[in-house]
Amino acid sequence: MSRIWLPRRRRHLAEGLGIDRRAFLAASLRAGGGAAAALALAGCDSWTRTRAAQSWVRGAERWNERVERKIFRPGARNVPSARLAATGARFPAYFIGDQLPVWDEAARGVWRLEVNGLCARPQRLTLDELKLLPRTEARLEHFCVEGWSAVAVRTGVRLSDLARHAGVSADARYVDFQSFDDDYHESWDIESAMHSQTLIVYGQDGELLGPEYGAPARVYSPVKLGYKCTKYLTRIVFLAERNGGYWSDQGYEWYGGV
Amino acid sequence: MSDVQRRHHLIVRITHWVNAIALTIMVGSGLRIFNAYPAFARKGDTFCCYPFEGHRIPEWLTFGGWLAGARNWHFAMMWLLVVNGLVYLGFVYLHGEWRDLVPRRGIVRDAWQMVRFYLVLRRDHPAQGKHNALQRLTYFAMPYIAVVSVLSGLAIWKPVQLAPLTALLGGFVWARYWHFLAMLALVVLSLGHVFMVFAVDPYSLRAIITGGYDASRSPEARNARPFVNLRKKS
Repeated sequence: MSRIWLPRRRRHLAEGLGIDRRAFLAASLRAGGGAAAALALAGCDSWTRTRAAQSWVRGAERWNERVERKIFRPGARNVPSARLAATGARFPAYFIGDQLPVWDEAARGVWRLEVNGLCARPQRLTLDELKLLPRTEARLEHFCVEGWSAVAVRTGVRLSDLARHAGVSADARYVDFQSFDDDYHESWDIESAMHSQTLIVYGQDGELLGPEYGAPARVYSPVKLGYKCTKYLTRIVFLAERNGGYWSDQGYEWYGGV
Repeated sequence: MSDVQRRHHLIVRITHWVNAIALTIMVGSGLRIFNAYPAFARKGDTFCCYPFEGHRIPEWLTFGGWLAGARNWHFAMMWLLVVNGLVYLGFVYLHGEWRDLVPRRGIVRDAWQMVRFYLVLRRDHPAQGKHNALQRLTYFAMPYIAVVSVLSGLAIWKPVQLAPLTALLGGFVWARYWHFLAMLALVVLSLGHVFMVFAVDPYSLRAIITGGYDASRSPEARNARPFVNLRKKS
């Protein structure tokens, strides 16, 4: 070990002083083209807005949706580890309007959830009527598109139960969830909507849903990213065609599965 | 006297540059995605092992502009990265180049000798074949790190549909952390690789572009350390 510190060994450090700065510079310049191209690629991203780049990215999104539909399992269950406490109160309040959307009964009458579109028995359910339907409770991990997750206990009605109640037709391939938070809505594929943990939620962590979390009712599913789960629900429409959505129309993935 | 050989097969050269571009975009867009929530802790929880919770990555290192743009690029480029990686590995396996990449007996000792040589604790460049021991270790490790990065990426892309994979990695939060660490390892090794190309063996640039390599200018022939003996000995 100590041998390496002997001067005899250090002698050829002197050789190290013959650093070829000029040769290094020349070689670097010659190679600079490649490096500059790489930097331009990373730093200046105006080329990403070209039509070719965008159509490639859009094509990949369609391909990804096909993959996501393929790996989708209706039986896949979201079961957060028992160590994780429900932390519903720490969910950020989130809405797109200028102020917290609160249903104004005096101006708009009693809140009702409309279920219509391709169904035999369209519904207009008050919150009390909704609560009379079979209740489902699930402790679920929520995944936000931003990358955070949080656990909460969700209480509500299975959308599949509600769909049966409304006699949804076999032609319904998509569902649109509409809200009274401005024009917020998101449409889904029917398979995700009929997942056994897709709920019309009116309770969170043992309490009635608060206005900051989408009261009186919201859709919630562990198989979709948060932005797909419309809060402040007013209408559930069963459709033959997809109907985009607030964030999906702006560039976020329409499918948005997890 | 020059001694030009063909060093890298066309497929290796193409996959190398496709990988360089795809990896750059994956890292940049990944960092932009990370910036939407620059932390690992689950909401209402703490995380043990990341000292910069809440600090965003500098904008100029990111790619994609905004979260949706970065996600779209990330989820598009991942296919190119994986397909390209499989083409490379398949070729290297079938064509025999893997022999120059798998660690040989005594690789740790050889790597230590390379370190000593670079630290000027040893006078002569250790004998090597196509790559020195440090290169071998790096090029051999890269595909393994890439596998970790792909698996952890899938685990955070589909934490419910691929729940067993996510659970295997310790859950969503940890899978996200492994994805970040794998990225960091790939970036560190890639930057080290690029530095060494310029500082020790700029002649290898020719080999990875046109394929030709002048063996009489190899680092071993020049006894080259970073910035030392860059010119061919006359």
